Amino acid sequence: MALTMKKIDAIISRYEKSEESLLAMLQDFQREFHYVPEKGMKRLSEILSVPESKIYAMGTFYKALSLEPRGKHTVKVCMGTACHLKGSGQILEAIERELGVKRNHTTVDKLYTIESVNCVGACAMSPVVVVDEDYYGHMRPSKIMDILNKYK
Amino acid sequence: MEAIRSFEQLEQYRERLKASENKDLPTVMICFGTGCQANGSRDVAEAFRKEIENQGLKVGVQIGFKTTGCHGYCENGPLVALRPSDILYLRVAPKDVSEIVEKSIKKDEVVDRLIYKDVNTKETIAQYKSIPFYKFQKRISLRNIGNIDPTSIDDYLLHDGYKGLAKALTMDPDAIISEVEASGLRGRGGGGFPTGSKWRSCKAVPSDVRYVMCNGDEGDPGAFMDRSIMEGDPHSVIEGMIIGAYAIGAHMGYIYVRDEYPLAVKNLQAAISTARDMGFLGKKILGSNFDFDIKISRGGGAFVCGESSALMRSLEGKVGEPRAKYIRSVEKGLYDKPSVLNNVETWNNVPVIIFNGANWYAGFGTKGSKGTKVFSLVGKVNNTGLVEVPMGITIKDLVEKIGGGVLGGKEFKAVQTGGPSGGCIPKALSDLPIDFDSLTEVGSMMGSGGIIVMDEDTCMVDVAKYFIHFLVEESCGKCTPCRDGLPRMLNILNAITEGRGKEGDIETLQELCDVLTYGALCGLGTSAANPVLSTIRYFKEEYDAHIHDRKCPAGVCKELITYRIDKDACTGCTLCAKKCPQECISGERKQVHTIDESRCIRCGVCKDVCNFNAVKIE
Repeated sequence: MALTMKKIDAIISRYEKSEESLLAMLQDFQREFHYVPEKGMKRLSEILSVPESKIYAMGTFYKALSLEPRGKHTVKVCMGTACHLKGSGQILEAIERELGVKRNHTTVDKLYTIESVNCVGACAMSPVVVVDEDYYGHMRPSKIMDILNKYK
Repeated sequence: MEAIRSFEQLEQYRERLKASENKDLPTVMICFGTGCQANGSRDVAEAFRKEIENQGLKVGVQIGFKTTGCHGYCENGPLVALRPSDILYLRVAPKDVSEIVEKSIKKDEVVDRLIYKDVNTKETIAQYKSIPFYKFQKRISLRNIGNIDPTSIDDYLLHDGYKGLAKALTMDPDAIISEVEASGLRGRGGGGFPTGSKWRSCKAVPSDVRYVMCNGDEGDPGAFMDRSIMEGDPHSVIEGMIIGAYAIGAHMGYIYVRDEYPLAVKNLQAAISTARDMGFLGKKILGSNFDFDIKISRGGGAFVCGESSALMRSLEGKVGEPRAKYIRSVEKGLYDKPSVLNNVETWNNVPVIIFNGANWYAGFGTKGSKGTKVFSLVGKVNNTGLVEVPMGITIKDLVEKIGGGVLGGKEFKAVQTGGPSGGCIPKALSDLPIDFDSLTEVGSMMGSGGIIVMDEDTCMVDVAKYFIHFLVEESCGKCTPCRDGLPRMLNILNAITEGRGKEGDIETLQELCDVLTYGALCGLGTSAANPVLSTIRYFKEEYDAHIHDRKCPAGVCKELITYRIDKDACTGCTLCAKKCPQECISGERKQVHTIDESRCIRCGVCKDVCNFNAVKIE
């Protein structure tokens, strides 16, 4: 617990203490903890003198932020137009089926969180799946588990 | 690092760089754009590094090496270009590296299997500039990308970097604005508003504080030109912003970048910090009396934040909701101060316009749309990637000459432009010139420059549903037409694509489109009707087939299709039966297999794994 607080304060100290830095701080919480912890939001409210309700609104508005803990690996399925035309819908369904959870949810073992994202800007290799920071292009429903198993 | 405090010092520094540059040095340039990195260009670079070190040690051969931004031809990555021979190698793997060095660097030979081969004519081409994908391009915005190392300010300076700024700082700020006005540059982010006029209106508002901002929240699905510019030539954006800030009298600038673009954030951050160290940002830039600095802000994954007023709220650390359009951001923008917000590509054109002059720039393009435009040509087309062409090129030339035609010899059906705010333009209009006004006239729009090619296997009702679904998810919920209208439209489109469509659905859709166009608060809502209206306008027969015949002519809509195994093509290899998640395919080895339609979920796995193209969709 104390450790989390220390990390929270370390993140806050990276930025100027103004409302302008709020989104960046929340994003860093997300990176560090794989979600935005309630304690972090309370702390920000104290330090920046911004009402907790506003910080909560940020947390629910921006897709990059999550108020629930995410899995160890994030599997992003690109839903851009080029990917859609080349069958990203079937890829997302294949992942949901194989991992047994729906999009924007996390597997029971907390290993994977499935997300659908709007275009990662790698349209020339569509359809694209991004696991953490690794891009996989020209995906096919039958290939997906070989890739995911690498992250076990 | 040397801080530059005068124009003379800048030119002396540049001369020193030029003097130490060996233009004949054989140089390997490896594409480090996101696409090529995903295809393994980091491993290729590592292999080159080792090989070059070996060659240097053993035989004393000097070889230059650099990693560059995106070459645009992402489909064929990893790309490796050689200088001075201008050979471009495609799909290079680490195992090819020593052969490339032996044959093409130490000798003048070409490694045939790695060069471009035209899918249609089977012709092979070694030279970068002769490949059709590049031959018809005119690269102004992408002038440096692929030629320079984005992490090196020296490389940018060697390619005339910051010359536009040096010239601008000797000019009267109003003259800069006039120059931009005369160039005819219009906003590259989608709206197409004349850039110079925007600057002038902002400057006309009395205020002691002004801001410039760069919109790098490239949210249109199917578009990645801004990503490529921010990653591959970050200084060009920074230079454009400094010039703009000087022209309107701003001292602080912000770049808002999508969080989904980590490499763009990294390269921009590094570029800003080097530019600051060298005196291009900060106090008394290049010894003038002008102070200016830039901060980067990462977006939070909300499409609506690409809308100007929402972006500014997000920059202020608030929820990114748009506000009504009658308040203009040139008067009351960021922190309610007069502000100029331009897109990445707009900013990156500014330095060359100032350096080469308005007339030079206005010499490209059409009457109403000057200059060039970067497009991301993607979808069902042979050559996918980023291309830059003069405004006014026809759809046909773009798709056929540069794109090499439709993938797999299929029938060309339409192009979609403008992202979720644009529309689909049918094949019948393929002689249409691509410029701001022509696209708007046919019910689409330029948008940020995504051109998505669609073929006979694309269902236009599904495309409309796709965009409306996208917009439902991205609507911020502030105004009623968008928040409630879009889900109503989605319900109807879902019904049509699931075989529950009924008479009158099309008319209801059109009525809802009107409500959005006239009633929504921001551009996201007012343009949301375009994907639906344009597909109804040009592809009404497809809507009718779904509604009346319960058929999807393109074979896309799941509820209206069946998977079947072709008796003549099936070899009985059993692969599909093994992979079927429903275990609903049966058949003995070496016998024709059959799908139990009642249990089939149309997941597409059988079609995907079949090596004999025996799975058909009906």
